[in-house]
Amino acid sequence: MALSFMEGNEAVARGAMAAGCSFFAGYPITPASTIFSNMLTMLPPNGGICIQGEDEIASMGYCIGASMVGRKVLTATSGPGISLYSEQISFAIGSEIPIVIVDVQRLGPSTGSATRGADGDIQFLRWSNTGGLPVVVLAPKDALDCYTLTVHAFNFAEMLRCPVFIASNKEIGMTRESVDLGSVELPPIIERRYFKPSCDNVQNQADNLDNPTAGQSSSYLPFKADQNSAPDFLPIGDKTLVRQTSSTHGSDGYITIDPNIIQASQDRLINKILSAEEQLTLYEENHRKGADTLVISYGVTSRAVEDACSMLEKKGCPVSTLTLKTLFPVPKKLIVDRAASYRRIVVIEMNMGQYVENIERLMFKNNMQEKKIDFYGQMNGVLITPAKIMEVIQNG
Amino acid sequence: MDSFLNNKRPPVFCPGCTHERITKAVDAALVKLEIPADKTVIVSDIGCSGLFDTFFNVHALHGLHGRALTYAAGIKLANPELNVIVTMGDGGLGIGGAHVLAACRKNLDLTLIILNNFNFGMTGGQYSVTTPSAAVVGSEFLNQAEIPIDICNVAKSAGATWIRRCSGHDSSLPDILCEAVKHKGFSIVETLGLCTGRYTKRNQLTPKVIDEMIEHLPAYLGLVEQNQRSEYGEQYRKLAGEKKKFSELMQVEKMFDLKDIKRQEIVILGSAGMRIVTAGDMVCYAAISAGLNASMKNDYNITVLRGQSVSELIISPEKIGYAGIESPTVVIALSDEGVQRRSKMFGKLTSSTLLLKEKSVAIPETHADVVEVDLKEHQIKRQDWALASLGFIAGRGQGITMEMLDFALKSRFKPALYEQAVEILNKLSSI
Repeated sequence: MALSFMEGNEAVARGAMAAGCSFFAGYPITPASTIFSNMLTMLPPNGGICIQGEDEIASMGYCIGASMVGRKVLTATSGPGISLYSEQISFAIGSEIPIVIVDVQRLGPSTGSATRGADGDIQFLRWSNTGGLPVVVLAPKDALDCYTLTVHAFNFAEMLRCPVFIASNKEIGMTRESVDLGSVELPPIIERRYFKPSCDNVQNQADNLDNPTAGQSSSYLPFKADQNSAPDFLPIGDKTLVRQTSSTHGSDGYITIDPNIIQASQDRLINKILSAEEQLTLYEENHRKGADTLVISYGVTSRAVEDACSMLEKKGCPVSTLTLKTLFPVPKKLIVDRAASYRRIVVIEMNMGQYVENIERLMFKNNMQEKKIDFYGQMNGVLITPAKIMEVIQNG
Repeated sequence: MDSFLNNKRPPVFCPGCTHERITKAVDAALVKLEIPADKTVIVSDIGCSGLFDTFFNVHALHGLHGRALTYAAGIKLANPELNVIVTMGDGGLGIGGAHVLAACRKNLDLTLIILNNFNFGMTGGQYSVTTPSAAVVGSEFLNQAEIPIDICNVAKSAGATWIRRCSGHDSSLPDILCEAVKHKGFSIVETLGLCTGRYTKRNQLTPKVIDEMIEHLPAYLGLVEQNQRSEYGEQYRKLAGEKKKFSELMQVEKMFDLKDIKRQEIVILGSAGMRIVTAGDMVCYAAISAGLNASMKNDYNITVLRGQSVSELIISPEKIGYAGIESPTVVIALSDEGVQRRSKMFGKLTSSTLLLKEKSVAIPETHADVVEVDLKEHQIKRQDWALASLGFIAGRGQGITMEMLDFALKSRFKPALYEQAVEILNKLSSI
């Protein structure tokens, strides 16, 4: 065992390097800036590119351009910046451009407090795209999670060709702690799936050698994909011509007004995320024998929850915990399955109640209305204490 | 190749629109340049200029309003081999102004074709940043209250290395575009043209009037001598290429075996400039050298060298969950503003908390075990107080030892600083 001492933001950068990230663009903002500064020391010696955008919108634009050339790209910001990202987020979702976006959340709304933490953006991340299409949001609870979840985030982004969010928090990003990076087994790296021309297509192209553009649009359709999956990729600059567009498009990447094509495309954008629910579900749990209460939490709060439940256990009051690392798509199967054996669910969040409604809805839809659901939320710039959580659990 | 035009998707502009001429000029330029189709990318903005990506058999990216230059820059940086051309109207120029300025300053090898037709054609002829104050447009009187910008002048002052202003009807436009593409750096071609669907319905604008306008405006004929410098991509790669040292992960093996280790929660209350965070860092490095877990949560303002600086440290043989501190085992009070930041804490402390207080610092009433020390008398500079107090913590056996601290200092400080630091530490180790 060998320990390192680092903040969550550095762990994100190290995770990105482990995942094969080769492009970063960002704009300075507390508490996310140290992801940028770490990438600036890590990417250039590895042949990668790291630049500062003239604003957050530009940073996303640089990332989108680089991703379309085939790079694995990362950007990082906080509340005010993620607000500016949103038009580009919609582009990346609708046009299936892989990108990992870290939101080191700070206390909002608006400019809020630059050096105070909160988990106030999670529904913003879920719904920040026009069109309301589903997204993937991962929530680390500590520096080690920042490292591993960043690798998962790149994998999911490449696999599904979509933006993946890491909902970090000032209290993780800027808190330094001991980590044993050598102790974790990282998931195998997933690369973007490239289009491979079939024999027919190769022939088709060979026939058109004197006119290299003539046969290409018929062999490669940039948005052609199976019902529940992302299209195969070719980079801008490939031998085959590639089209990318933010407009409503058909499989050829040209504007379409055909309602059937449009609806099928919307359905696919939804299904490719939702049908991967189980593959995307990351979590930790601590089932304590004899417990009738399950505490569901995520992010930095789950550390205080675990402390509180350990103390309660010592007092002879066992309470179980479920820590969600994947917030979206909502891990429905996991939550319904785990909730089934408890009388009461307690949800603790470092906001005024952004996730609890997902759980209430799940219980309702699955005929589990008899479950007692209690909630405690706090958004005042300080961490929720284990003592407060014990009080909430015991007063139920 | 005799044309790059996509014959399946012919231009769809209003009759007489200058954009159609420009489409043909771009094609003629691409033919003359003899760059293979798969090495050219057209990035188009929004509005009528946003249709350009569909007309050509080259790589294409069409994105959000005003942001075309940002995608183009990402593409060019990620693949410098590509010939990247951006088409943008006067609308994109306004909404994406920051990106135009950044592109001029950077001098990345992109070509920007501005299709200035003095209004927002697609949305109903509203005024843009280039609409003359006297024009009659779809924004009632609003344009009369403002003045238009001369993008060439703006670009020049922002450092653009190649600027050309011409009519969209100029028969030499293909040659001008070729020159722009060949320029190694950021090049801007501002074409002035007619929006026959909207603008010319209520304003007297003809190719002849445009020629007269150009004659009266400052001339921009290409190379801007005073702004010549190296291309951004080359400059970036040169500078980045000099960065050879990857910041490797620092890993610490367990080298000290402590008996009977108890969790310590240490709060250092000081001010910015007192190197509170550095001291906290040392405690944690000392802890991990004994295989202990450590966490450090800092509280300081975004201002530098002003205000409080508070560091909360936990060292523990067990995994650390909640990283805040409720009942510290050690408090180090080094400045009034640090103490005020945590003033509520003092009343709750019991005699099990060891509290080191600098003589000059006032603290609220407390039951903690208070030790007062006059650091000035010890001839320790204020910026070293936090470091010195670590000697006190180790001397009292609160979770870290002098050997562990010595290791931390040695691994974090350069040799000269290390010697000084050890001297400072030793001053308080026997209090």
